[in-house]
Amino acid sequence: MSPRHRARLKKAPPKKTPLRNSAPVFAALGDETRLRLVAILCAGGALSIAQLTSGTEITRQAVTKHLRVLADAGLARDVKVGRERLWEFEPDRLEEARRSLDEIARQWDYALNKLKMTVESR
Amino acid sequence: MDSSTDRIEREILLKAPRSRVWRALSNAEEFGAWFGVALKGKTFAAGERVRGQVTYPGYEHVVFDVLIVKVEPERLLSLRWHPYAVDPSIDYSKEPTTLVEFELKEVDDGVLLRVVESGFDGIPPSRRLEAFRMNSGGWDQQMKNIEKHVSTT
Repeated sequence: MSPRHRARLKKAPPKKTPLRNSAPVFAALGDETRLRLVAILCAGGALSIAQLTSGTEITRQAVTKHLRVLADAGLARDVKVGRERLWEFEPDRLEEARRSLDEIARQWDYALNKLKMTVESR
Repeated sequence: MDSSTDRIEREILLKAPRSRVWRALSNAEEFGAWFGVALKGKTFAAGERVRGQVTYPGYEHVVFDVLIVKVEPERLLSLRWHPYAVDPSIDYSKEPTTLVEFELKEVDDGVLLRVVESGFDGIPPSRRLEAFRMNSGGWDQQMKNIEKHVSTT
């Protein structure tokens, strides 16, 4: 890569698009083991590494590595229950977006109630 | 752009004359009083930017910064702003805005006010999530406060 080329790359960073945001998700799912892990986690509940590896030939280290990739893509998260670390499926991003709207809607409810009190007094 | 995640719609019946409701909306100072922003001496005019300090408990560090889009007397007021712009260390000016429309309709027992905030699909998902985390909790408490206030007076 010529220095000139590199400079140009640096000057024009790739634009963030919705598709680009989804890329890590697809990359994370583009692996058979991880896809299986997601399927298991989707079935519900939080599972330990031991539970996730039981009956398989995957090592604990390998599963942990795969779970980290899923976590980075926002597809899984770990929760601590007592002294144990469990993994669970992360609710999808659409769901998060919906919840943020609900939050804003609640703020509107509050503001509109205040407006109601203002104009109806007297 | 009309998906379930793009807009918030609210309707509220206000038992007051139309002129009174319009004043509470279009008079910047009155708007600020119920909305929780210091807008003393400011006016709402189409095409103008209006700024004021939020007076809402816990959000006093936030600047209310809007662009007034339309002012149609006793009928419609609309404005644009940056939703969840609550972190003073972030420059929101480059991000897409949402459109807020207040529409008045006269009905038998008062005025039906419709509020629509749209354009959320244009807001980066990461920001939406962050805003959700920042907001939840605080507003729930405020809702309880107002419930208490209304039921005891």
